[in-house]
Amino acid sequence: MTIYLMCFFLFVMGLYCLIAKKHLIKKIIGIAILDYAVNLFLILIGYKSGGIPPVLFEGMNKQTFSQQSVDPLPQALVLTSIVISLGVLIMMVSIALRLYEKYKTFDTSEISRLRG
Amino acid sequence: MQQLYPLFVAIPLGVAFLILLFPKSLTKLVEVIVAIAEIILLIMVIALIGHEPFSYFIGKWIPPIGITLVSDSISTLLLLLINIVGLLSLLYSFKYMEMYTSKIRFYSLFMLMVAGMSGVVITGDIFNLFVFLEIATISSYALVGFGCEHEELEASFKYMILGSVSSTLILLGIAILYATFGTLNMADLANSILANGINRSVLFAEGLFIMGFGLKGAMVPFHAWLPDAHPSAPAPISAMLSGVLIKACGIYAIIRVVYHVIGMTNITHIILMSLGVLSMVVGVLLAVGQWDFKRLLAYHSISQMGYVMVGIGLATPLGILGALFHLMNHAFFKSLLFLCSGAVEYSTGTRNLKEMGGLFKRMPVTSSSCSIASLSISGIPPFNGFWSKLLIIIALVQAEYYAIAAVTVGVSFLTLVSFIKVQRYSIFGDLPEKLKNIKEVPVLMGTVLVIFAVLCLLSGLLYPFFGNTLLEIARDTVIDQQKYIQLVLQVVP
Amino acid sequence: MGMSLIVKKVTQFVIGLIFLYGINIILFGHLGVGGGFAGGVILTCGFILIMLVFGREKAIQKMRTNVAHFLSCIGALAFLAIALLGYIDGTFFFNFIDHGKEFHLHSAGLIPFADIAISIIIVSAIFTIFVLLVFFGRFVGDAEEYENDEEYVGNIDRNL
Repeated sequence: MTIYLMCFFLFVMGLYCLIAKKHLIKKIIGIAILDYAVNLFLILIGYKSGGIPPVLFEGMNKQTFSQQSVDPLPQALVLTSIVISLGVLIMMVSIALRLYEKYKTFDTSEISRLRG
Repeated sequence: MQQLYPLFVAIPLGVAFLILLFPKSLTKLVEVIVAIAEIILLIMVIALIGHEPFSYFIGKWIPPIGITLVSDSISTLLLLLINIVGLLSLLYSFKYMEMYTSKIRFYSLFMLMVAGMSGVVITGDIFNLFVFLEIATISSYALVGFGCEHEELEASFKYMILGSVSSTLILLGIAILYATFGTLNMADLANSILANGINRSVLFAEGLFIMGFGLKGAMVPFHAWLPDAHPSAPAPISAMLSGVLIKACGIYAIIRVVYHVIGMTNITHIILMSLGVLSMVVGVLLAVGQWDFKRLLAYHSISQMGYVMVGIGLATPLGILGALFHLMNHAFFKSLLFLCSGAVEYSTGTRNLKEMGGLFKRMPVTSSSCSIASLSISGIPPFNGFWSKLLIIIALVQAEYYAIAAVTVGVSFLTLVSFIKVQRYSIFGDLPEKLKNIKEVPVLMGTVLVIFAVLCLLSGLLYPFFGNTLLEIARDTVIDQQKYIQLVLQVVP
Repeated sequence: MGMSLIVKKVTQFVIGLIFLYGINIILFGHLGVGGGFAGGVILTCGFILIMLVFGREKAIQKMRTNVAHFLSCIGALAFLAIALLGYIDGTFFFNFIDHGKEFHLHSAGLIPFADIAISIIIVSAIFTIFVLLVFFGRFVGDAEEYENDEEYVGNIDRNL
């Protein structure tokens, strides 16, 4: 239970970073922390205490293997979600660089041409 | 047809990567390839209309193990909208995008967005839906910032931050559903939820889904990115974003999750209705004061999505029918309006309504199609917007929500006011001195505008001909959760 | 250009092993942990190591960014082609090849080929992104310094 609470705490930290910080790069870090928190949650879903990796080797008993191994599906989901967040992260960094090129600042309070 | 169903994703995805291999000198060839791909997709969708619903198992994996694709009437409706608006925006962008560099990358991102949206609409697996949602939105982030100027980049960054938060929330919702029921197939999830009843974790997941998809669909408390992002994109992309992306990624996903996976409950009904009413009122109030043509249209998108949401949340057959009809009509008239604003910008070089005027004399095609779209969106009788708004209002009165019906009429009136302002300042009035030499847009762009205008008129008048095959069975599909479960899991009742 | 002699020599010894390890992870992805993405990232890390140690000219010599761009498109198309090949036996993504014997390299039909296609995409795409971000980030960071440097600007244009 504690570990789920820690995971939730990480999520809230990311959200706080996203809302309270004004630096563009810090906002991107906040998004990354949010993603990691959700990924951690997904991994925790599949975990069981004393579980073995979900890889079947030669000579293993299939019956006991399926009882002992952790759930492999969340790990596949996490891999997909990591790839997606990698794409979003790269997109964000490149847009942030472009913004710096145009505005000469990373401060979001000064990047505010769009109003109303 | 059944065998070719995955090609709705495969063709645009393949074209998107194929055209990146061509050098810049072959841009004309690339345009031909992209147009042919879109035409093939449109023909495939038209062949799909009226087809019996079916489910397609990718790689012959039987659900709930593998990924299932589901074809029923509501996904056919959305596919039709995506491909009509996609094809016409593409034809429009051949000329329009000449003011930008690297057209090939633009077409590639465009096709990726089409692939993502088609994927969201056809899939029957909730994690797969998330993946396609991300494909569509990541390419739309890039497209919003395509101009690489101050405003475009700022809008893109804002859109990206809010979009990532919404994806994270959706993923958390999926994780919670998986933790509770141990499956990702939407029909299987629905089966488990029906068997176990709606407990707290399902309610939490539903809240996360409404928040996440509401952010993608720009419902009012979550709308902050839309008025920046949609005007900053190039006009054909604004048409795609406002015309179909917020519907496929927002409204459609909410319909699927709320009606088919979790099931409509009283509390969801109240939440969706209040989201809809808020969007309707706040959107139109913010729109009235705008002077930037595209920004005004973007606020109206929020308000019109509110109409759709009210109809969806009402959960009576007539309300859902009205909502689906309005969704379709909004795709036509809002795309037309954004393309018109793009045409005006193409000719005059400005988006500020105060600097325009008297365009009717110089640009008759653009102006008349803009008028038709304005009449449609404000709900003037022969055009399509009137009929769908009428259906929603009748449904509200039948369900005895008199106050909300009155609000709906009032919002429609305010919409009319704000579009009279647009007409007064752009089309009629005096031509300013510096716009004396402007010309009508090129023929291809003009043709696209006329086709959209005709669609606006016909989709209202010809409802008796297509209403039954397209919309009414879509309504029946939305209501019937059991049928959806049986379609995928193929269990005999 | 690049780091000290010791680092260069050690990298020369290690780099082959890194690449071998990456390829091993890709090819045996269907039998153990790993697969196209993980192996591709390890291969990309090898390229990035070359770039850090020997300077970017050497790394770009090994893999020009326009070649990488081309390869990433080819990889994506190859993956799509593998998916479409399933139509030979009637279904999208159907694994129609003989599945072979358990616990051997030939035991998963089309999956190793899909892994190879994915790894091509990952290597070329992540390497391109890394190189471009390094170039562009430098350019943005010290804009004044590089503004008049014709060679540097030309280099960016060539690589974009």
